[in-house]
Amino acid sequence: MKILTGNDLETGDVVWWTGEFWSRHVEESIDVADGGDAIAAREEGARRVNAPYVIDAEQTDVGPRPLHIKDRIRAIGPTVRPDLAVRPVDAAAGNWVI
Amino acid sequence: MYKYDEYDQTIVDSRVAEFRDQVARRIAGEITEDQFKPLRLMNGLYLQLHAYMLRVAVPYGTLSGKQMRTLGHIARKYDRGYGHFTTRQNIQYNWIKLEEAPDILAELAAVEMHAIQTSGNCIRNISSDQYAGAAADEIEDPRPWAELLRQWSSFHPEFSYLPRKFKIAVIASDEDRAAIQLHDIGLQIRHNDAGELGFRVYVGGGMGRTPMIAPVIRDFLPAADFVSYMEACLRVYNRYGRRDNIYKARIKILVHEIGAAEYARQVEEEWAHVKTLGLDPPPGEFERIAAHFAPPAFETGLSDEIDRSDPDFALWLDSNTHAHKQPGYAIAVISLKPIGGIPGDASAEQIELMADLAERYSFDELRVTHAQNIVLPHVKKADLYALWKALDDAGLGTANLDLISDIIACPGLDYCSLANARSIPIAQKIAKRFENMDRQRDLGELKLKISGCINACGHHHAGHIGILGVDRKGEENYQLLFGGSGAEDASLAKIAGPGFNEDGIVDAVEKAVETYRTLREDGERFVDTYRRVGMQPFKEAIYG
Amino acid sequence: MAELLRYRDDETHEEPAVTLDAFLGQTNATAVRLEPDEDARALIPHLDRLGLIEVAFPKFRDGRGYSAARILREAGYTGELRAQGDVLIDQIAYMRRCGFDSFAPEKAISREAADKAVGFYPEVYQKAADGRSPVWALRHG
Repeated sequence: MKILTGNDLETGDVVWWTGEFWSRHVEESIDVADGGDAIAAREEGARRVNAPYVIDAEQTDVGPRPLHIKDRIRAIGPTVRPDLAVRPVDAAAGNWVI
Repeated sequence: MYKYDEYDQTIVDSRVAEFRDQVARRIAGEITEDQFKPLRLMNGLYLQLHAYMLRVAVPYGTLSGKQMRTLGHIARKYDRGYGHFTTRQNIQYNWIKLEEAPDILAELAAVEMHAIQTSGNCIRNISSDQYAGAAADEIEDPRPWAELLRQWSSFHPEFSYLPRKFKIAVIASDEDRAAIQLHDIGLQIRHNDAGELGFRVYVGGGMGRTPMIAPVIRDFLPAADFVSYMEACLRVYNRYGRRDNIYKARIKILVHEIGAAEYARQVEEEWAHVKTLGLDPPPGEFERIAAHFAPPAFETGLSDEIDRSDPDFALWLDSNTHAHKQPGYAIAVISLKPIGGIPGDASAEQIELMADLAERYSFDELRVTHAQNIVLPHVKKADLYALWKALDDAGLGTANLDLISDIIACPGLDYCSLANARSIPIAQKIAKRFENMDRQRDLGELKLKISGCINACGHHHAGHIGILGVDRKGEENYQLLFGGSGAEDASLAKIAGPGFNEDGIVDAVEKAVETYRTLREDGERFVDTYRRVGMQPFKEAIYG
Repeated sequence: MAELLRYRDDETHEEPAVTLDAFLGQTNATAVRLEPDEDARALIPHLDRLGLIEVAFPKFRDGRGYSAARILREAGYTGELRAQGDVLIDQIAYMRRCGFDSFAPEKAISREAADKAVGFYPEVYQKAADGRSPVWALRHG
């Protein structure tokens, strides 16, 4: 599957496209199939996102998981600072990244 | 320390106003990200993996307690309670909001600091010896020259869209603590045979994907013509540096392709012209700047005796202090490399404590080192014990300067959008593997440097042991290198062989270190043994 | 082509700029266009017959034209020096300092916006081609 990600223009937060809005949580991503670039252009034009790009992901029990480690780290936070993780309560978050 | 006058303050305040306007235009949609990017980069604002990152300049690594406290305040108020000290004497904040960036610049300007030209294809922060003004072996304080360069290079109208970034370092001793031969321009202050003051000029060093040690292009440049000569060096580069390929755009490629002698000839030719334009400030301007760097009011007649009865203190004293030019004083180095910690990171509380300690014990001065540690340059020997106690209580008393756990590491894939692999976890695992401090001390000086990609921000080419993280089919993989040095014996490290995974690289480092222990002769450091015996024994131990 | 921004009082030069090769090959042309990889110093023997030098900026990141401008001013050129191409508003202050006094940006820049951008810096650190006194000169009277 293909999912769409970027950063919030004003806060810089990592965000994921849910089909309706940008979420902080990767598991809310939808499969944008071939439509990612068009959505990215529209949303960037409207300044709802900065530097969006389409990535490959796999569907898992807890939602989409990016195939590349870089985007998994983006989804959670620095692996060396679990206290700053996007889902800090999820003890398994670290395993999900690597 | 240098203090801004009304002109300096006006210029830095102008930058805050200009950037506030640029950010407002970006948020309002008047400029695209493509157009905004070079503007934010010239203010050190990157878009990184998790958020915007702000890189703040610490010119030639010198800070006052008040400035340091402001850095802690920014970490707490605008970031997530910490900052990261870098290999170019800067500090980075990892969690910055675009809309707040102008406010941060305003807070910095209020304490005579800025983020000007901490990124972009322009002249970056001028770096220097972290022991400047204190070291027993310097011929004079290099920082007035660095400040002269800071002013000359700030908003330089001709050199703000260079082919690529440009880094300059200045030192004034034969021992090189600022890696000058690995800079675009490295300057060593020296006297010529007639006793006149000037510079040895190195041009075209660097790391990255094409590491090179800078050749000397002028053995002696008289100090008076310093600025116009720099102007000529930069103009030749701006006109003829490659712009067809970003990876070949650094000045080292130009110097390599046309040859150091030809580059030097072109600079001399250009200099003959620009020298006539009146670009060099009068000697009075240098004297004005230099007066700010007058030595502090050292006490005289102090004893050099130190009570070594606390054994833990004695170990810190032996590893983390350095000879001072003034009797009764020492240079103290605060390690930001606790075993298992993140190299170069400091919490807001630690930053503020270091500010307090500088005010109390070091004439209100701190330094940032290119090895990502902090220096208190002027500590009375009689105060060292109290200082160490305060540091130790705050997790800042690790006695590992220049040992294997004093690792330089870039932020790597945990933070950086350019990285291919994580650096910090490797640094943490290696430090833990060598946790036993007796073992570390037995190994002696061993500079281990880790980069998470080929851009080499972690200086892996210059490590006695270097580690380079690469992406191998989507997996993190680590290459091992030996034999580099960023000091006066500059050399480039060589790759040992195939790479390793995260655990494999730690094992390989240990095998290399044990090989050294077996082979070393009296007084040899790791790098000395490697240079004597070559790669083969290490290769056999690791891959055999 | 967007409107020309000029910081000169004389009449706009009407003759179209020719390429450097064409200029060097004919003796009548009074306007020339310099590409980033062309040597500004080739024009120095001919400055007295030039009324317009247009320096091309095909990409805003390519800063060679800044050196070209200074070299021409340092050689005594007093005619119109125009920056043409991918010229962004935030570059105008630097370009003015290097000696450009006319701008033909691909994307229009209003006079008001340009004046605002140039006005941000009342003080400068270096001597350049615009005659402004650097702060080191002001400090020492």
